[in-house]
Amino acid sequence: MSRLVYVPRDAGALSLGAEAVAQSLRAEARRRGVALELVRNGSRGAYWLEPLLEVAGEDGVRRAYGPVSVRDVPSLFQADFLAGGAHPLALGPTEELPWFRGQQRLTFERVGRIDPASVADYVRHGGYAGLTRALGLAPGEIVAAVTTSGLRGRGGAAFPTGIKWKTVSEQAARQKYIACNADEGDSGTFADRMLMEGDPFALIEGMTIAALAVGATQGYIYLRAEYPHARRALETALAAAYQAHYLGADVAGSGRRFDLEVRLGAGAYICGEETSMLESLEGRRGEVRVRPPLPAIKGLYGQPTVVNNVITLASVPWILAHGAQAYADYGSGRSRGTLPIQLAGNIRRGGLVERAFGLSLRELLYDYGGGSASGRPIRTVQIGGPLGAYVPAGQFDTLLDYEALAGIGAMLGHGGIVVFDDTVDMARMARYAMEFCALESCGKCTPCRIGSTRGVEVIDRILAGEDGERNLKLLEALCDTMVQGSLCGLGGMAPFPVQSALKHFREDFRAQVR
Amino acid sequence: MKTLAAQELATVRRIIEECKGRPGPLIELLHAIQAELGFIPPEAVPVVAEGLNLSRAEVHGVVTFYHFFRRARPGRSTVSLCQAEACQSMGAAALSEHARQRLGVGFHETTADGRYTLEPVYCLGNCACSPAAMIDGELYGRLTPERFDALLAEDATSS
Ligand SMILES: Cc1cc2nc3c(=O)[nH]c(=O)nc-3n(C[C@H](O)[C@H](O)[C@H](O)COP(=O)(O)O)c2cc1C
Ligand code: SF4
Ligand code: FES
Repeated sequence: MSRLVYVPRDAGALSLGAEAVAQSLRAEARRRGVALELVRNGSRGAYWLEPLLEVAGEDGVRRAYGPVSVRDVPSLFQADFLAGGAHPLALGPTEELPWFRGQQRLTFERVGRIDPASVADYVRHGGYAGLTRALGLAPGEIVAAVTTSGLRGRGGAAFPTGIKWKTVSEQAARQKYIACNADEGDSGTFADRMLMEGDPFALIEGMTIAALAVGATQGYIYLRAEYPHARRALETALAAAYQAHYLGADVAGSGRRFDLEVRLGAGAYICGEETSMLESLEGRRGEVRVRPPLPAIKGLYGQPTVVNNVITLASVPWILAHGAQAYADYGSGRSRGTLPIQLAGNIRRGGLVERAFGLSLRELLYDYGGGSASGRPIRTVQIGGPLGAYVPAGQFDTLLDYEALAGIGAMLGHGGIVVFDDTVDMARMARYAMEFCALESCGKCTPCRIGSTRGVEVIDRILAGEDGERNLKLLEALCDTMVQGSLCGLGGMAPFPVQSALKHFREDFRAQVR
Repeated sequence: MKTLAAQELATVRRIIEECKGRPGPLIELLHAIQAELGFIPPEAVPVVAEGLNLSRAEVHGVVTFYHFFRRARPGRSTVSLCQAEACQSMGAAALSEHARQRLGVGFHETTADGRYTLEPVYCLGNCACSPAAMIDGELYGRLTPERFDALLAEDATSS
């Protein structure tokens, strides 16, 4: 009998050599005349264990080995790993790993478990149950379910998804669109990528349900150009969904049409901002649009458009399949459901942790993350990408929910947490924040376009020891101007990391001895 | 102004024909040109503008807005090193410095032998395996200067 062996095709796993491991497994099996069926799954998200190989036992339980390199392959066969033999890399049942067992995987329930290229496998693991449920509901009932679930946008702004959908559903228009924001530009984030590579049908299903809810017939996935692996996974899944009639003129035999395609970005961070993304989808420069009108009223090509993040949309199938209240039962305060958190940077056990809102930063960094990768004390974390504040170690008891973080002047954003040890130079990080803003500004408004360049210059003067106190005041005033005078969040929030660095790590802003 | 070589012109014309019926085709079309020619030759701009019924300024504006589109022929391989925060926390600056020394070029430059173009990139979604890089569409994680050199050596033997 041939054994099922899983080796991820997730880009992160590939970046650590998973492809070579897969090839070597095949070759070694052939050499030994062993029957083995290789599944190329997504990643479980335990990146410190990648490449993580799993074997499905006769009992149906998957046992993990990792991190596996090509060198380990012969010894795995010698140890008879296919029959669960003992080996130094053996980790036991994957889902019994303490790191894994504590998680509450709803949106990521299938990521790393299924074959992301197979509709049949998706359906076997509960896929399309949400769509089936939605097809039996009136559009207003679907919107109501999403509202009841308490789901808020996972792209950063945390706007209630049900309210956005309701606005679009109320517009009278011949053409409406669903536009998925898969631009994932924030450093420290990779949940969108993992989901698109590991369970692309969940996104496709979520977008299809959104289309039914608001009366849209065309969808676009705006994918950043830096994600070629996700693009291939999506293209494969889209073709399979069309072939199985889950997309196209007659979605799941309902007589309803929904067409969906991928459009590539081209390396502009600002195109993650939703109106800039719409400009880009229309084939233009990604210059931010003035609001109102909201995209929900006048979006793509002037038509009512739902713009949602990948994780927001991919959470919808679970909500429909298991019930809105079941989802809302997770969470804390006004942050309902679960959040796929991404632990990144200088962390020993980096990866994806999906948990109900309300976990403390400390639990996350030390229980899940195991402290810094370098073994040095963690000095700060940046939450929510390049526009997010730096949180000092003294505030690690803060809970991860939208309101608790806002309470300390931080934001959750897309749920990425970048860890820095005590060797970090915070003046340099502040300078980088301004530099990044200058590089990525769409150029439409002065505080952002000019202010960010001035910000870099002022920080350089401080570090050069020119009139330190006066220039620090100038930097603070500049930050205020940008926050108040910018049209969108790039210029409006790029000062947050700078201000938080000034507030918590002012000692770093002194003349540097050369 | 220089004009496109006949073969490049034919490629651009074919891509225009393939894309022009689609909604908002300009960026897709530029991606297709860059995928085939390796860059967007400045001489292609007026051809694209005419083919899509846009002004040259509009096409030029789009090409220059997006970091991904290049206007000069790149080296045989493109090495993109992540410069964003998570990779910085794991030594991206030192790795970048090493790569610059090793290749003898700065960012946005191509080695004299035409082999490598070095580019900065801002997050590759591999932030749990920092520092990260992409070389010709292949992703690498937990790079060290030694592994970087080993990759270049592999590349040299394979070509
Ligand atoms: C500068 C900037 C960059 C952004 N980048 C992203 C991004 O990469 N992905 C994303 O989903 N949302 C991003 N957003 C948020 C979007 O504007 C928008 O709020 C979101 O796509 C809405 O979807 P959601 O409600 O599902 O979160 C960004 C916002 C700003 C201001
Ligand atoms: S704040 Fe910056 S990115 Fe946003 S609209 Fe103004 S110039 Fe463009
Ligand atoms: S910050 Fe380098 S891969 Fe994300």
